[in-house]
Formats: sequence, structure tokens, C-alpha cells
Amino acid sequence: MAGVAVSTVINGDSVEYLCQPDETLLDVLRDRLGLTGAKEGCGTGDCGACSVIIDDRLVCSCLVLGAEAEGRRIETVEGMAHGDQLHPLQQKFLEHAALQCGICTPGFLIAAKDLLAKNPDPTEEEIRFGLAGNLCRCTGYDKIVRAVQDAAGVMKGASR
Amino acid sequence: MRYIRPLSIEDAVGQLAGSAGTSAILAGGSDLLVRMKGGFVEPDLIVDIKAIASLGEIRETADGFSIGAAVPCAVLGENAALKKAWPGVVEAAKLIGSKQVQGRCTITGNLCNASPAADSVPALVAAGARALIAGPGGKRTIAVEAVPTGPGKTSLAKGEIIEAILLDSQAPRSGDAYLRFIPRTEMDIAVVSAGVNLTIDEQGVVKAARVALGAAAPTVLLVEEAAEALIGRKLDEAALERLAKVCAGACRPIDDKRGTIEFRRKVAGVLAKRAAMTAYARAGGK
Repeated sequence: MAGVAVSTVINGDSVEYLCQPDETLLDVLRDRLGLTGAKEGCGTGDCGACSVIIDDRLVCSCLVLGAEAEGRRIETVEGMAHGDQLHPLQQKFLEHAALQCGICTPGFLIAAKDLLAKNPDPTEEEIRFGLAGNLCRCTGYDKIVRAVQDAAGVMKGASR
Repeated sequence: MRYIRPLSIEDAVGQLAGSAGTSAILAGGSDLLVRMKGGFVEPDLIVDIKAIASLGEIRETADGFSIGAAVPCAVLGENAALKKAWPGVVEAAKLIGSKQVQGRCTITGNLCNASPAADSVPALVAAGARALIAGPGGKRTIAVEAVPTGPGKTSLAKGEIIEAILLDSQAPRSGDAYLRFIPRTEMDIAVVSAGVNLTIDEQGVVKAARVALGAAAPTVLLVEEAAEALIGRKLDEAALERLAKVCAGACRPIDDKRGTIEFRRKVAGVLAKRAAMTAYARAGGK
């Protein structure tokens, strides 16, 4: 199989890579680029652990080919913190203990970031529906929902 | 395996028509990549149609709407004019998968995946939607219900691509609606579903109707007898009962872990009734 040459932008940086035509973006991120934040849970778009944002759309990177990233703009969990400065969502996930094993966390963080970008003041129900594509099998969802609500408050305050 | 991203529909058709082995069209990939991952398909050629500019647009035409084959369902939900004209179609499209899947999946892909349980298809069939097909022999337009021929099978010939789904402008005093039954609140496949589109006169009498059922047969069913049960009447209890009975009778469902034949028949009737009531209210009926 001939490799596909891809030129894309990930977390603001220009990135070029060669991938196989049937290789998923998730595999490219993890195995070729060392961005192991996105996780493979199910590999079939059900669990959301591999969530990334492409051109302002939340997607499962396991359901995107690496070749499709050409000319697009990708955001992964690695781009959320600025140096030691955690993103408010990351900070609130820590404070609320909204994680145990952590496998689902990068996906939840990215999905919550996308949710708050589109709806800065979501109701609890909107958060629960908005995060329905992300599965957690240890902590349960209440702490995650509370962390997102708290982060939304902080982020609204910061933008005022 | 080769991956290509043609810039024109003509090039895409030519590449598909000229390919020697198996080929697949990639739009959202939410079905294709799952099938590839599972080892069910291994296409020699993947034709990504998302770089064909016209396929990524929802256009308002003289006749209504043209929804490009690569438009993700999330974008349908963000289009105010489409939502206003065809709320049933949009609510059906928005039921497919999670936020993540919504950002990728398309109604054309939902149609071509040819699952009997596809959510958007009964709504499109009820709406009288058509598929604009480009192929080696030129373009043709067919009714949406003529695309799937059985589970996983379509009537599309080699080299053919659905370019867009066409929806006419709604007639005055019309409304559509779609409902499905799932045992959860989100993220599930329809056990059975119903789409209804109807037009009423000034007195609230149904003048025209289309009723479609999903997950009730090998393909989505357009139930003409169900439409006849509504036409010429107000949406009274007798008309609704007749609608439910006809829909239950028209089903040819299977027994599986998600529902029995008996359950699917009954629920098909109930959903058709409720969808008809919503459609009627949207048409301005009281």
C-alpha cells in the first residue's frame, strides 16, 4: 500500500505525516505523532474516548481516516493546557474527582470543551445530552457533569 | 488500497466506474470505517467525496432544498430554513448517533447503508424526498424509497454516486414528523419507527398524506393504505385507530433481541398515530 502524504494543523502547529490509506486518524495521532491523549475504547464510534475536534466539529477520531485530515484543523486534549496552566475543565475535573481510571477523560474533556464553545451556559440536561457520546465505566457521570457546570461558571466569569 | 479525494463529481464517477476491484464512497465514514475495522469490507479504492464543493452544501432551490451528499447531520440541525420547512426530516437526522457521530454522518450515507432501521429514511420517504444520482450514463433522479433494495443493498449501479437529496418546498398547511422507539433515551437503533407527512385544507381535513415505517421490513415501507386511512378525514379518533391498524398490518418485521414481531407491529401503529398527530399540529390542524 502506498502511503498518503498529509499536511494538517494540530493544536495550532503545522504537521506533516505519511499514513496508510486505511489508517485511522486515531492511530496516526497515537502511533505516528506520539499524541496519546485520545484513547481507543471501542474503535467503532460508540464510546467517545478518541474524541477530537476537527474544524470546530466534535468527532470520533477512530471514525476518521488519517488521510482525511489534509488541510483541516485538529484539536486534541494535548492542546487544552497552556504549559502548566490547566484548562478550567481540566482543573475542575481534578477538583471534583471526575475521573478514576482516566481512559475516558481526554474524550470527556474535548467533548465538554466543544459543548461549552457552542453553549457557554448549558443546563444539566444539556450537558448530559451533550456528553451522551462519551462513556465512563468507573466514576459515573454525576461528578463529570458537576465539573463541567463548575468550569462553565469559571469560563463565563473569565470572559466577562 | 487506494484513497483518493476527487474535486469534481465527474472525476469521482469516472474513478469509481473505472476501478477494477471493490470500491467504497466515503462521506462521513460512520458506517464504512466500522465495517472496515470489523473486517467486513476491504475496499481496493476509497473515494472521499468531501472535497467536491457542491456536495458539502445545503442549497435552497426554486423547488425546495438540495442537501449535498457530504453534509453532516449536525449541519441539518443548524439550518433554520430546513428545520422550519421539514422539522420531521431534521429531527430524524438528528437522532442518528452521538454528537461525535452527528459531526460526520450524512442522510445520504444513512440511505445508502440501507439498514432497515435507518432513522432518516422513513422521514425522507414520508417527505417524498428524491435522490439525485450522478453516474457514467449521466444524471437521474429517483424516489428515496427506490434506493435501498434490502438490508445493506441498494439499486445504485457501478460508478453511481448520490449527489444530493432533494426535498420539495412544503405545500401550505403541511407538516411532517418522525418518531422511533428505543429502550433508552439516546444513542440507540430504532426497534421500530414511523414518519408521517401530511397536508390539510382550511377545515383541517387531510388532503394528502405519506406514511413510512422503519425497522418493520427488509426495507423502509411506504404504506399507501395508511395514507388512505387519513385522506379525506379530520384526524379524529376513528382515523387514527384505522391508521394504527393498517400500519400494524403492513409490517413484516423480524423477531430479534430488540423486539418481537408482535411488539413491533403494535408499536408501529402507536408511533404512526403519534407522528400523525404531531404532523397534523405542525400543519396547523386542531
